[in-house]
Amino acid sequence: MARMKFLCDADRCIECNACVTACKNEHDVPWGINRRRVVTINDGKPGERSVSMACMHCTDAPCAAVCPVNCFYTTADGVVLHSKDLCIGCGYCFYACPFGAPQYPRVGNFGSRGKMDKCTYCAGGPEADITAVEYGSRENGQFIGYGSNRLAEGKLPLCAEMCSTKSLLAGDGEIIAQIYKERVVQRGYTSGAWGWKTAYRETIAS
Amino acid sequence: MARMRTPLRFLMAVLAFCVTAALTVPATAQQKQPESVNPQAQSVKEQQLLQELQKIQGRTSLPDSRSSVLEQPAGRDWRQFHQVTLRWIGAIAILGMLSVLVLFYLIRGMVKIEAGRSGRTLVRFNAFERFVHWMTASCFIVLALSGANITFGKELLTPLIGPEAFAGWSQWAKYAHNYLSFPFTLGVVLMFLMWVAWNIPSGVDARWIREGGGIVGENHPPARRFNAGQKAIYWVVVLGGGAAAITGYLLMFPFYVTDVTGMQTAQMVHGIVGMLFIAIMLAHIYIGTIGMQGAFEAMGTGEVDVNWARQHHSLWLEKEAEKGHVKGSSVAPAE
Repeated sequence: MARMKFLCDADRCIECNACVTACKNEHDVPWGINRRRVVTINDGKPGERSVSMACMHCTDAPCAAVCPVNCFYTTADGVVLHSKDLCIGCGYCFYACPFGAPQYPRVGNFGSRGKMDKCTYCAGGPEADITAVEYGSRENGQFIGYGSNRLAEGKLPLCAEMCSTKSLLAGDGEIIAQIYKERVVQRGYTSGAWGWKTAYRETIAS
Repeated sequence: MARMRTPLRFLMAVLAFCVTAALTVPATAQQKQPESVNPQAQSVKEQQLLQELQKIQGRTSLPDSRSSVLEQPAGRDWRQFHQVTLRWIGAIAILGMLSVLVLFYLIRGMVKIEAGRSGRTLVRFNAFERFVHWMTASCFIVLALSGANITFGKELLTPLIGPEAFAGWSQWAKYAHNYLSFPFTLGVVLMFLMWVAWNIPSGVDARWIREGGGIVGENHPPARRFNAGQKAIYWVVVLGGGAAAITGYLLMFPFYVTDVTGMQTAQMVHGIVGMLFIAIMLAHIYIGTIGMQGAFEAMGTGEVDVNWARQHHSLWLEKEAEKGHVKGSSVAPAE
């Protein structure tokens, strides 16, 4: 099976935030939860770059290692998912995550952060594929569920699929790395495949 | 590198400009723009930023400013601490203390009241003091178990009760940990206030420590209301409890005071203090129960035997006897 990864080509990102919007819309995530975000570095200065960041679905994921209740699991595609039935909302995955991916529905509420939510690579959760239970209900301010499962439908994550400049790539790690390498050769420069060294312990054409 | 290159590039640009200007004088207007833009030269590089900074931060258009941290590889160091370092600290401190106590009990046994019970008693802790002690103590036991559960639970308990039951128990343990922190903190504050006057180190303590406190040797050095060992426990509770409370509230109210880096540090302090706290409290529980005859009554009924007091707190007994606090017939001061 393919090892699924994300790749953000910062030299192409135009900070349109369409990936962020698409993600929120596809999974119907409530206010305050952002599975994906675009961060701009050196904003307004020479050398400005924007990076679209979410859970990178790390190799040997730190969140999974520190979770006190082992609620994380890695799918055959290399996607890091978690069970909201097991999650106790302790916040430890947030301390360990290098990318700030874990989100909590009640961040400021003492005593309980609520069940953690993060990017699922549009691959749902531990429930049966493409069911209402997996998608989850959004009633009474609760956010139990994982959103849509595009991977089970044979589709890639929506954020990357609709990226207007094809800056954000999703798919088999080897294929998207090859596409990125060709781009770097073609244009003759690169600011690096952001997050790859931290998430996958590898660099491409940097 | 970028700084070194800039003057060089400037020089080359000037040179190039002079050459082209000399060759094509009439076309000067078109030469104002450089012939090609190299987006590489000034762009931010991830690896360079990671080497220079602890974390990469930028700007987002989201209203949530906390999301502006792009990358914080320090999370991996924290993972190493939580998964390896803290477990070693906890295992060595707690198991080490337990084995020392078992060994000590086997060698020394219970410290007896040498003169036997006199039948006369005096009040050591009043009802309010005992209430504060047991409120703090019962909270501490729950906090210690639910805290240790976060570090050791998944390895020790999950194989026994299964992941669902373990997650359910951990959820309740977390609620208990969060809510019982409030009465625990109140207890620590009250203990600090009501006992601080008797817990200032003095010259009596130096002798007590030199003579092994009557625990190691056969001597029973004089002590006031609290001996040096009890003063040590007192300051461990006040300072350790204070540190645990402060770092705990930093974690319970995320982002109110610190960002993710501060929370990692707070968790590290909280974890280390907690593990050492548990180990030291094991010794406290030992000496207050099976380790010493007549000690538990002090926090149980609040009244201790006069002979116990003479053996362990001779100076305190003298003072109390002078005030006429000893129940029953009059008591001769300690020799």
